[in-house]
Amino acid sequence: MSKKWMHKSAAAFALFLWSAAAWAEYKLNLQLPQTVLGEKIYDLHTIITIVCFVIFIGVFGFMFYSVFKHRKSVGHKAAQFHENTAVEVAWTLIPFLILIAMAVPATGTLIAMRDTSEPDMTIKATGYQWKWGYDYLKGEGEGISFYSNLSTPRAQIDGTDVAGRNANPHYLLETDNHVVVPVGKKVRVLVTAADVIHAWYVPALAVKQDAVPGFIRDTWFKAEKAGIYRGQCAELCGRDHGFMPIVVEVMEPAQYTAWVAEQQKKMAANKVDPNKTWTLEDLKAHGEKIYAQNCVACHQATGMGVPNAFPALAGSKVVLGPKADQIKLLLAGKPGTAMSSFKQLSDVDLAGVITYTRNAWSNKTGEAIAPAEIKTARN
Amino acid sequence: MEAAHTHHGDTHGHAHDDHHGHKPSGLMRWVKSTNHKDIGTMYLWFSFTMFLVGGVMALIIRSELFQPGLQIVQPDFFNSMTTYHGLIMVFGAIMPAFVGFANWLIPMQIGAPDMAFPRMNNLSFWLLPPAALLLITAQFMPGGGAGVGWTMYAPLSTQAGPAMDLTIFAVHILGISSIMGSINIITTILNMRAPGLTLMKMPLFCWTWLITAYLLVAVMPVLAGAVTMTLTDRHFGTHFFNAAGGGDPVLYQHIFWFFGHPEVYIIAIPAFGVVSQVIPAFSRKPLFGYASMVYATASIAILSFMVWAHHMYTAGMPVEAQLYFMYATTLIAVPTGVKVFNWVATMWKGSLTFETPMLFALGFLFLFTLGGFTGLVLSITPVDVQLHDTYYVVAHFHYVMVAGALFSAFAGIYFWLPKWTGKMYNESLGKLHFWLSLIFFNVTFFVQHFLGLAGMPRRIPDYSLQFTEFNMISSIGAWGFGLSQLLFLYVVIKCIRSGEKAPDKPWDGADSLEWTHLPTPAPWHSFETPPVIK
Repeated sequence: MSKKWMHKSAAAFALFLWSAAAWAEYKLNLQLPQTVLGEKIYDLHTIITIVCFVIFIGVFGFMFYSVFKHRKSVGHKAAQFHENTAVEVAWTLIPFLILIAMAVPATGTLIAMRDTSEPDMTIKATGYQWKWGYDYLKGEGEGISFYSNLSTPRAQIDGTDVAGRNANPHYLLETDNHVVVPVGKKVRVLVTAADVIHAWYVPALAVKQDAVPGFIRDTWFKAEKAGIYRGQCAELCGRDHGFMPIVVEVMEPAQYTAWVAEQQKKMAANKVDPNKTWTLEDLKAHGEKIYAQNCVACHQATGMGVPNAFPALAGSKVVLGPKADQIKLLLAGKPGTAMSSFKQLSDVDLAGVITYTRNAWSNKTGEAIAPAEIKTARN
Repeated sequence: MEAAHTHHGDTHGHAHDDHHGHKPSGLMRWVKSTNHKDIGTMYLWFSFTMFLVGGVMALIIRSELFQPGLQIVQPDFFNSMTTYHGLIMVFGAIMPAFVGFANWLIPMQIGAPDMAFPRMNNLSFWLLPPAALLLITAQFMPGGGAGVGWTMYAPLSTQAGPAMDLTIFAVHILGISSIMGSINIITTILNMRAPGLTLMKMPLFCWTWLITAYLLVAVMPVLAGAVTMTLTDRHFGTHFFNAAGGGDPVLYQHIFWFFGHPEVYIIAIPAFGVVSQVIPAFSRKPLFGYASMVYATASIAILSFMVWAHHMYTAGMPVEAQLYFMYATTLIAVPTGVKVFNWVATMWKGSLTFETPMLFALGFLFLFTLGGFTGLVLSITPVDVQLHDTYYVVAHFHYVMVAGALFSAFAGIYFWLPKWTGKMYNESLGKLHFWLSLIFFNVTFFVQHFLGLAGMPRRIPDYSLQFTEFNMISSIGAWGFGLSQLLFLYVVIKCIRSGEKAPDKPWDGADSLEWTHLPTPAPWHSFETPPVIK
């Protein structure tokens, strides 16, 4: 069956269900697939929906015929027949055969979906409450690693900037760092999580894979067209489940190579000189950035937390207490709470963020925590 | 067997005469009741109350989703609402409603004076209010309700605040209540049928409850196990669901859905039973294939144990397992199809009238089948991977649960209300309730299919702008649907207080014992001497 026919019949079907033609097709159906597998899934969905629709019309054609012709008010007398072996065998066997016909193409597609062998490159996606982390493990760009946070301004979400929200075509579907991949390459995605279960879902690429803490699952896609494809976490993961989008940017190979070079340059620049002496101000400034990326969702920019859910850091006993305890808390997390371990952050990042919290808001300890102290505490 | 049945009927008849000659009055009549009708009534009112509580939660959810942005509630509270809306509707509203039907109808339909264990019957009802209280109190615990979803997936549930513990205990209590109710129903049906009433002569409603009760006894302990493991993970140092301690978060999902899928049929099968009574009555024609209906129901129940992992296609499992669960799941369409074809064939060449119960039964038939078809779409693994955890699934299960189970419960209530109260409800208002429910239900949920197809995940308090129009439509529908249910309350109260006197058999085609052998309203002890069934 040709693609065109498929799209046409899907559109006709949608129109039939919803006669207002004002809505564009993409809103009534699956997003237009950008991978070969996605197209197969799209077609599978269309075929099954049409089969169901035909059966539906058939069965309820009978029912409505009955409703209008066999009613008492038009003088219809009830027949008293019941049970008919031939009919009953037929309506058991025919659906069974239809199901087999549906299962055959589904089986092929499913097996292809699960074949993650021989990828051109491998990326690990890690779900955190509430952001994604990406590590390019193999293939061009190996070694690149970054976090990807929602970049929609808070004011658009909480309603103080409604005009900004209405003008934002990618409201809640935008991130500070895109996952960039080359076009036409088989990308294997290893999916895992650090705290609770998340799910990595990009509809246009036809991938959805749960991120299970402590286990690694995989999925794959091969984008056919350059472009930006947006998705969201699909598994309830706590408060900001609705606010951890996934943005995949598919680039032409040359562009991708340039992106990789740029990232590597950035990473080299960010590589901290181990001999550097950090002043309190340096650490605080660095820590504020880390805080904004990792802590602000719960403890808030004001350091006041959320009453009854997330403790305040301003005036906190831990933050104002012995620094060893705070270092330990950040490295180990607090089991049974949303405070997970942040040991994945670098020594400098942790030293910075601890220094920041001990010297921000009403907290004025005047202490600077050296990266070396974190390094010692790790061992 | 014949003699044994007669003997049973006699002893029960006398026992009740001796001990319960006088009815306690006032509140104590209800607190101490061992009468199946009183207990059935309490179940039904309890479930309606919970339906309103869960409904208010749904309206909070839909109001927040009326437009993008966070307007009314904060995400934590929103998550708590989706969680307790689900738990309260499933365990507090739909399940007790059908247990209420079972209490009222099974003794009357099998020619018995009461349930087999009247005191246990009392206890299984009175366990429900404390459980409901725990679920509601959970909202006021430090940190608010547990926003973990009604499925309570670990490790989110092991991370949640103290409200989670209250929720776990509520689930335990509800489970105990369900198991006791089921034991009562099984024993009553197997031991207290009137002489001559063989199993294959029972009304289909009794059959569906016999099968459902077995499902409940089989799976409620599994759920109790899952939440107990969560509890010990939370407080007693076990690591069932924690990979760092050698456990596996996905283990929770396997256990939960081993309960959860049969649970879907625990809700649907009694609904099938009600519809199987109503459609023949208003078609004035016997059910087309009684035996095949019984076999189809049993097949669905057995298959329901073999398909649980179709809720977990994206959780990670071998491709062989995915294939198996896909094939097994599609197979359920066969017996379900048999049921739908049977109902339509029952109507074929009947002499149909469309009083409110019939309207709700037809609404059930039409919309439940639509939900069945989206279920078939979801059973195909590659498609499910796209649609899993999106609004498509939300639409699918609301078609099955609301237009399925709830519409069927409405059909049953309008159908039996005359027998229960001795009075007729107002037919025009009943019909109005049906049409409002039907229209607003579809306004609410049909558009959610489109949201899911376009990729809107479930359980999010805010969404990107392309989802705005359909969410608005859905929210308007939800308010309409919710307010329409107040009309139902009015119809029922009006019927009880000032309805016209109902005849013994207001429906021409009704043919089970409560219509043919009992006066209206049905007497306190139903059958004091068992009727003889030829």
